Amino acid sequence: MGNVLIYGEHAGGNIPKATAVAVGAAQQIAAASGGDTILALLGNDLGGVKDAAAQLGATKVVCVESADLEHETADIRTLTMKAVAEATGSDTVVFAATTAGKDIAPRLAAAAEAAIASDVTAVNDDGTFVRPMYAGNVFATVKLESDFKVVSVRTTAFEPVEGAAASASEDLSLSIEKPGNAVEFVKLDATVSDRPVLTEAERVVAGGRGLKSAENFTTVLEPLVDALGAAMGASRAAVDAGYVPNDLQVGQTGKVIAPTLYIGVGISGAIQHLAGMKDSKVIVAINKDADAPIFSVADFGLVADLFEAVPELTEKVKALA
Amino acid sequence: MKILVTAKRVPDPETTIKVNADGTGIEEAGIKWVVNPFDEIAIEQALQIKESQGESEVVIVSVGNSDSQEQLRTGLAMGADRAILVSADNPDPTVVSRILEKIVEKESPDLVIMGKQAIDDDSNEVGQMLAQRLGWPQATFISELELADGGGSATCVREIDGGLETLSFPLPAVITADLRLNEPRYASLPGIMKARKKPMEEVDAASLGIELGRSVTIVSVEPPPERAAGRVVESVDELITALQGEAKVL
Repeated sequence: MGNVLIYGEHAGGNIPKATAVAVGAAQQIAAASGGDTILALLGNDLGGVKDAAAQLGATKVVCVESADLEHETADIRTLTMKAVAEATGSDTVVFAATTAGKDIAPRLAAAAEAAIASDVTAVNDDGTFVRPMYAGNVFATVKLESDFKVVSVRTTAFEPVEGAAASASEDLSLSIEKPGNAVEFVKLDATVSDRPVLTEAERVVAGGRGLKSAENFTTVLEPLVDALGAAMGASRAAVDAGYVPNDLQVGQTGKVIAPTLYIGVGISGAIQHLAGMKDSKVIVAINKDADAPIFSVADFGLVADLFEAVPELTEKVKALA
Repeated sequence: MKILVTAKRVPDPETTIKVNADGTGIEEAGIKWVVNPFDEIAIEQALQIKESQGESEVVIVSVGNSDSQEQLRTGLAMGADRAILVSADNPDPTVVSRILEKIVEKESPDLVIMGKQAIDDDSNEVGQMLAQRLGWPQATFISELELADGGGSATCVREIDGGLETLSFPLPAVITADLRLNEPRYASLPGIMKARKKPMEEVDAASLGIELGRSVTIVSVEPPPERAAGRVVESVDELITALQGEAKVL
């Protein structure tokens, strides 16, 4: 009757949607084991985050507060999560497959000699997991051959819990010794944007190498992004070419998104990019090359010069508002 | 300083991958094999450190079958000093991290640099597991690296979801490379000639005294569900009409 522990991310007093989704996935796992879902919150002075965490649908919220947990460094948090799992009788630990989850989950698996499945897209009734490989060209069903298990879940593949009752909250006192060679946080240069977060946006407009320059991302693509109230994304080719920063990259080695509306502009549709956006509800492709592979997954394809079509589309979208 | 880097043999990212007929793995016929692109970035970083620090050695390791010699030769041709091939049959990331732990114990490098993920299994696990096994600091997804204290410590910029995070830590450590850390060099012809004479040690994983059984069993593999192709619209107006009426997303 093992419990399922969820790693609770939080920043600036807020909990990202990714964590709510991880709770949803954890409920599916717990349904098979008959255990509880327990959300772990690690930090220094958690304050109002506790209240937000109580609304996510976990059976219980467990809080660990310490000055050493001020930042999301993997070494100390690994040791803490291992201790929390032991204290709460948890035999599965679930992370969202965010950069934080990907940083900490495998380290925890090694610390606990646990088998791990990363970027899981489905939980089967028999306790096996499904995960993508080869840029989403292959979906493997995997069995974790250990009693203690670590899982990270793809946040577009699960739903957050709806209409949950408030969870009980408990403070856990643990004495974790900080290693002498611990990583020190220096600073965070946070991405400042008025636009929605790429992984949570309902609409995404992504640009590719067809934009031809960083300047064209600003002058041609951004007006459409803003007219739609969308988040901006990019293909790896556009990132490689230096047009936009890597945190906009959608794909196998970037972010995985599943918005209601995705518009790919000047993107040919390399397999790496498709791996990150194929689950979007409606896919639109604008590209002058009629043979571009993206047209094979697009619901609506417009074969046109983006430098004419995008400004026209922008003006007509604005006119709808 | 001594730097250990990894080079996994993976299918070329441009290769079309298909599930094999019995659903146990991928169809390997006709695949072109390369060094995992993120490992190439790791190798480049090690070579740049060697060029700036002097008196350094770059040791390149691959865990896999004997065909991985090809990828090690590529790393040697780029400029790595010597190579170690650890032969292991179909190891999962946990086993690879156990193997690398043993190699690190033997080689005592000051720094281990790996790609952030291999583009075949997309696990993104081994660097973090290795760091934990060794009790070393880790910095994953790095786009900048600066060594300080004569190579005794490092500062890294990491590409994370919310922006760019800077961490500092003492060496030895494990770092994993993201896309923008550098632009890997091509192996020169003289480099390729020299690589033939560089030492390549072969180690049988079974001789390392570790548990080699898989902790993750692949039960079956399937192709992704097909997404039906949609239709081509003739104009921006037709696109807007379709998005409003048919798709109801505008």
